[in-house]
Formats: sequence, C-alpha cells, structure tokens
Amino acid sequence: MSFLIEVNGTKRTVDVAGETPLLWVLREKLVLLGSKYGCGAGLCGACTVHLDGKPARSCLLPVASVGAQKVTTIEGIGETPLGRRVQQAWLAADVPQCGYCQAGQIMSATALLSKTPHPSDRDIDGAMAGNLCRCGTYARIRAAIKKAAGLSTADARTP
Amino acid sequence: MSARSSRRSFLKASLAAGGGLLLHAMLPLPARAAAAAGAPGGATLNAYVTIGADGTVTIVAKNPEIGQGVKTMLPMLIADELDVEWSSVRIEQADLDAAKYGRQYAGGSTATPQNWEPLRQVGAAGRAMLVAAAAQSWGVPAAECRTASGVVIHAPSGRKLGYGALAAKAASLPVPALASLRLKEPNDFTIIGRPLPGVDNAKIVSGKPLFGIDVTVPGMLYAVFQKCPVFGGKVASANVDAIKALPGVRHAFVVEGGRSLTGLLPGVAIVAESWWAAETARGKLEVSWHEGAVRTQSSSGFAKAAAELAKETPQHSLRRDGDAEAALARAAHRLEAAYSYPFLPHLDLEPQNCTARVADGKVEIWAPTQLPGPGAGLVAETLGIPESAITVHMTRVGGGFGRRLRNDYMVEAAWIAKTVEAPVKLLWSRADDIQHDFYRPAGFHFFKGGVDSGGRLIALSDHFVTFGHGGRVADSAGMSAGEFPAELVDNLDYGMSTMQLGVPTGPLRAPGANGLAFVFQSFLDELAHAAGKDPLEFHLALLGGKDAAGTSAKRSRRSDFDTGRLGGVLELVAEKSGWSKRRALPAGTGMGIASYYCHLGYFAEVVQATVAPSGDVKVDKVWVAGDVGSQIINPSNAENQVQGAAIDGLGEALGQAVTIEGGRVLEANFDKVRPLRIDEAPPVEVHFRLTDNPPTGLGEPALPPAIPALTNAIFAATGTRIRELPIERAKLKRA
Repeated sequence: MSFLIEVNGTKRTVDVAGETPLLWVLREKLVLLGSKYGCGAGLCGACTVHLDGKPARSCLLPVASVGAQKVTTIEGIGETPLGRRVQQAWLAADVPQCGYCQAGQIMSATALLSKTPHPSDRDIDGAMAGNLCRCGTYARIRAAIKKAAGLSTADARTP
Repeated sequence: MSARSSRRSFLKASLAAGGGLLLHAMLPLPARAAAAAGAPGGATLNAYVTIGADGTVTIVAKNPEIGQGVKTMLPMLIADELDVEWSSVRIEQADLDAAKYGRQYAGGSTATPQNWEPLRQVGAAGRAMLVAAAAQSWGVPAAECRTASGVVIHAPSGRKLGYGALAAKAASLPVPALASLRLKEPNDFTIIGRPLPGVDNAKIVSGKPLFGIDVTVPGMLYAVFQKCPVFGGKVASANVDAIKALPGVRHAFVVEGGRSLTGLLPGVAIVAESWWAAETARGKLEVSWHEGAVRTQSSSGFAKAAAELAKETPQHSLRRDGDAEAALARAAHRLEAAYSYPFLPHLDLEPQNCTARVADGKVEIWAPTQLPGPGAGLVAETLGIPESAITVHMTRVGGGFGRRLRNDYMVEAAWIAKTVEAPVKLLWSRADDIQHDFYRPAGFHFFKGGVDSGGRLIALSDHFVTFGHGGRVADSAGMSAGEFPAELVDNLDYGMSTMQLGVPTGPLRAPGANGLAFVFQSFLDELAHAAGKDPLEFHLALLGGKDAAGTSAKRSRRSDFDTGRLGGVLELVAEKSGWSKRRALPAGTGMGIASYYCHLGYFAEVVQATVAPSGDVKVDKVWVAGDVGSQIINPSNAENQVQGAAIDGLGEALGQAVTIEGGRVLEANFDKVRPLRIDEAPPVEVHFRLTDNPPTGLGEPALPPAIPALTNAIFAATGTRIRELPIERAKLKRA
C-alpha cells in the first residue's frame, strides 16, 4: 500500500504494508538511519521519534497509523532551536560512549524540554527512563538536559 | 629499566608476536604512493599519518571503536608527539590490515598499555622527519629547530615552515632510528591530558550513519537467521517453500552449519526485500529441530549439581599454601558461606549484525566487531576463500562488552550473501541476541574462612565449582591460582570442580573478575564483620599495612600486582566517601567498600545504598578511586568509562541473569534482563590516584568492585548478606 507521510518537513510517499513499523520505513525506505533498532518492543527507546512533537517508539508504530501527524527524526531535530540546543549540550557534555542510544535519548530529551522547559531531576527521570543507555552515560545525559535548559549542571540530587 | 632498553624490548616483542607493528608503522610510503592514495599534495609519513599541503593532518585510528574511546584516544597519542593542533587533525577509521597496523582489536583494556609508547613514537618519528626536512631546506642543524602547533621553527633566524609545506620532502627522508627519538616530557604534553570530546560526537548527535546496522550497499537484501533455541541443535526440516511465498521474501533455505559454537551454526535463513519482511516471515517459520543432548541442561540443575560437588573433595587443586584446615580449627572466628552468580548476556544495544558482499571470488564485509582478524579467518575457512580475498571494514560498534570478540554473525552474513549471490545485511532480533550469546559463565563458590583473636585472616579456602571437562575449563570460566587474596594469607586452599556445559560462554567486560570480585570481596567483608573489624581496616591489614616510609610493607610475589597501589585507592575512596562517618547514616542506609585489581588497573569503590521495607534497593551514590598509572590520557572519556563501568556492575547485580532451561535461554528482551535505567542510576564520583607507573586501560577494571561494594552496603543497611546474584528483593523485604 502507498502512504503519504511527512518526515522532517518533507512529504514522502512510501509503498509498504500498512503494519510495517515506522522505524523500518525510515531506515530502509527513506534511508534515514539515525533512528535505531534495539529491542523491537518499546523497551529501550533507541527508535524514538516525534509525532507532532511528542515522543513515540517507532519500532512499534505501524506506518498506517501515522496519518497526518508530522514525523521528526534525529536527522531533522536540529532544525528547531530547541533541538539544536539539545544537540549542542550533548556535544559540550561529551555524552556518548558507543553512541548507539543517543539519537533516541536526544529525541526524548527534546520532547521533555519542549513541554517542561525547566525540568527537575524527577521530571528527567520520568521522561528518560524509557531510554536505555547500555554504556551508562546517564550522569552526562542528565547534565546535558540541564545545560540545554539553562539550569545548573551539577547533579543536584543528594544521596 | 631505561626508556631506551624498553623501546628495544618492545620492538623485539612485536616481532616475536608476528605483528611487526612498529616496523610497518615506521615505513614511509614513497611520495608517489601517497599521491596515488588520493591525498592531493599530501604526503604519507607512515601508515598512520598523512599531512596535506594545507597542513591538515589525517591520523588513522587502527582499532575498533566500541564506546571505549580509542578512536579519539589513540590518535591523541600520535598528535601530541607530532606536535600539531588537535583541531587540525582528521581521524580516519582503518580497515583491517594487519600488515600495516599489527593487531587490531578491542578487548582486555589493552589499547592504552600496548600503544602508549609505540603510538607516541609514531608521532615523534613523524615530527623528527618534518624537522629534518626543514633543517635541510634551511641548511641548518636539526638540533637548532623546534616545533609548535604544526610549524617547524628555526629559533636563531626566526624562520618558520608549516608541516604542510614540508610534508612531501619529509616523506622522502629516512625513518629515524627508534633510539634517536626523544619523546615529550609529560609537562610538554599539549593534547594528552586534555578532556577531549569523542571524534564522532557530531555525527552521533545528528544521526549520521556510523554503525554496522547503518551500512547500505547497492542492491542489498535483508536477512534474518533462525538458529535452534537449544544450543548445539540441528535443523531436521523447515517449511522453507511456504516461507518463500510470503510477501517480500526472496530466499529461504536451511544452512547445514557446523558443530563449533563459535562458527557457522545450523539454522534457517530468510532473505527479503526489507528486514521487516524477513522478520515477519520468520513468524510463520516452522522448524523441526534435532535438539540434541544439551536440552537436559538447566540453571537449576547446575545449582543442584554444584551443591552436590561441594560436599566432595575438589576435583582439581588450584593452590595450597600452609594448612587451611588446621588453621580453621584454631581460628577464633570461623565462617562458611556458599556464593553464586548467574549466566549473563552482553546486551549490546546494537544487536549483532553484519553486511557482506561475495562476488568474483572476493568477500567484502562491513562489521561491528571487536576482533576483525579472526573474523576474516573464520569467513575464509567456512567459505573456502583465501583470507587475502577478504576485506573487512570496521564500523563503529554499538556496544562491545566482549560479545563481539566472537564473529559468528560475520560468518552467517558471508554465508548467506554467498548463497543468494547478492549483498546481504544480516540483523539479529533482540531475542536472537539474548538467546544466542556467549554468556558470562555462572559460578559457585563454597568458602571457609578463619580469623584469629587479633582479627587477622589466618585461613581461607574456596571450592570453586565451574564448567569444563577433563581438566579444561569452559571459556572465561576459570580462576587463577593467584586470585586475591592468594599470597596474603598463610593458609589458603583453592580447589576446583567442573560440570559439563553445552551452553556457549565467553568474556564479558572484566571477564572472571566480574564474578570473582563479588564472591571474594563479599566473603572478606563477612570475615571482617565476624571479627568485629572495620572492613577498610581489615582490607588494609590484609594488604600488609604500611611501613614507616608509608609504602606497603608486604608485597605480593605476583610480579604484576602491587599491594601498595590497591591500598592507596582504598584509602583514597574512604577519604572521599566519608567512610569513617558512615555510622551517622540513617537506619536502612549503609555503605559498603570493595576493591579489585584487574586489567592492570587498581580500583576501590564505596557504594551507599538504601533498602526500603519493601526490599527495593536504591543506590544513593558511588565513589570510585582508581590507579591506572601516571597519566590520564583523556580525562573526559576516563570519567565516562569509569562511571559507565560502575553503572554496568550495579545493573548486573540488580537485574541481570539468563536462565537456562531445557538447554535454551528463557529471557528474550530488556523487560527480563535489565540494564540500569536513568531513574535508578546513582551519581558516580570518580577520583584518580596518579602513580609513577605506565598508563593502563579503563574499559574494564572499574566494574568488578561495584558489585561487592553494593552487596556489602546492603549488608550494612539491613544485616542481610547477599550471596547470590542477581539481588532478590524478596530476601530484603522486612515484614
């Protein structure tokens, strides 16, 4: 079947079965390889994209259900001032180790900050707990989110 | 040992190992070869360094980048001695080429100790050649020239020439003798010691293709490969004709495979126009398996068998010092305890994958691998193609942790690509990845220990029940006779018994140590408490205390292990964590301390944890003190590695195991095998103790102590001793 979806501001027609998860449409049909496969079950968040600005796990999302919602991926997130700021904060904090999860982390972080510009540690926990980082870069992810939010990057949590 | 003789011995060692790293690295390519290599106006000084006419420096990163930071760190070593600005350096990932680069791999935290001197020599040789070129141009002695930021300067006349202008001439000059090279004094480092961000970061944060899974080859098809869930099983029959008729499927076929668990295994390949089509078709796959003998094996069966073996004398003696039995009989405090840890998967977030093209007798491989050389060998042997016909491109690796020291996925992709005569990207599902791993072997330890009335450890015995057969232990399932605290206890008895295992095992980050640190450091903590001693003081006493000069009075006879360095990090972590004030912590909160030496690194860690009445464990904070020698090469990455290693250890302790039942693994995804998440991850405070020793690696040694530091903290918080991993909350629940 043919579907018209808007990805990073461009309308694209893809010819795939309607139940095909958006992740595989992005990766294999549109060759947008930034969104990653990690678990196929919505457990790791490596495939996180935005639908109308809200985070969604593209590995579980049938392309047929996207409809008119605007899809933003890691390749397009830098087009918004907030997304750009988050990317810059990630660079400044030297967050990645292997880097495989970081696209998903940045997408979740940007969605958090667009809704909650000055997140508490609890807000960060709530928004980011669905994104696994197997390398354990969580302290830097937290610091980068705070930096992008213009908050002090010190880990404010007391033991 | 003088610097000169150590360099000479390196050269010898490298020749003996057959790598010839340094000699090859030092061979400058003729200028015409460099031009042919496509660097317009550029000149290749040696296998690692090319300098463009504009002064741009391209440095080859020789080893696979798995998140340990070598793609940044190894070129830093070259760039500093070459004396260029880091901002002028471009990094290029090498393909597999042993003739040029020697051994190329990621494992054992070896990149730093193996390359610290040789790669600085590569940079220094390049610098010497550039200086010689400038000196010749000016007709002055080289000794009157110095360098700074990519420029050669003749101080007496004030003349300057950029490296770009000198590169072509330099490449035609002889390579300086190693002995003539003078490396920088640490005070003169301009790049080493600076916190530099990872060189791929900009691509990572913008989603550029970097990883194996991102490889795209024209005309490429997508494959899944279904193996027998029971290890060692074979295909009896499969409905491949029905699968071939499914939408998007191009090929479906049985792979006969072999018997080696590290090679090409039997299974069914499905090749389709998209990965999703292949994976969906797999849902309809019906395979009848010959499951084989391993189907009788289970985790619970091994635990029972281990307990039975523990009643007998160990099958093998690993070490016997003094008379542990007699010393136990006279000990003021005696303890016995049984400890165990489970099989663990690696959980690389990027599932195993590989892209292969087989055409015209040549094989081209794009793989996220930690050990490309043996991968090429395996492909050559399995496909019956000479290794010289195989090109391996090393992609960035989305997590290694030891899993990708095996190249089973590489040979699968090559075999499937050869069969279908088209380029193929093979991608494992998460379930494939967890259920066809080379697991950290489970282990069982049956301890006895005795402390005298003065609180001194006088006897220790361990009957280690592990996996193996006929005196050989399974991969990564062994224990050395020198295992800590061997040589520090007068009466010590290590014995071993083995059980036969059909489940594949292999190294997981800090192999051996990741289980052994837990059991030994926990039991030593038990003994300290039994003796009424502060665990820190107990450990320091075991290490021999201090002599009047403040250095350790007691040295282990193990030449590579320095008790003073371990004591040093214990004292540092105690100071930073406020260990002496731990009694002031509220009820339900406790601190635990542990230390370990492995991969040439000395680490001590304190965990503060709070256990809720429900049994939920919250790790409040971790303090880490490490000694990896005289220099932290990249402080930003060093901190990141250590924090990640501690988080990794805590995650293993709190939520990870695979269960073998019926010869197969039951768990299939991150809901059942749980790495730590951000809301569970504590702050990890990292301190390094710089000592006058050569720098060593950081990928692994910070992991092992995190686990016993946590379980010791749980004991301090609750009085409950954790002797089995992963930690079971039910055992910590207070009514």
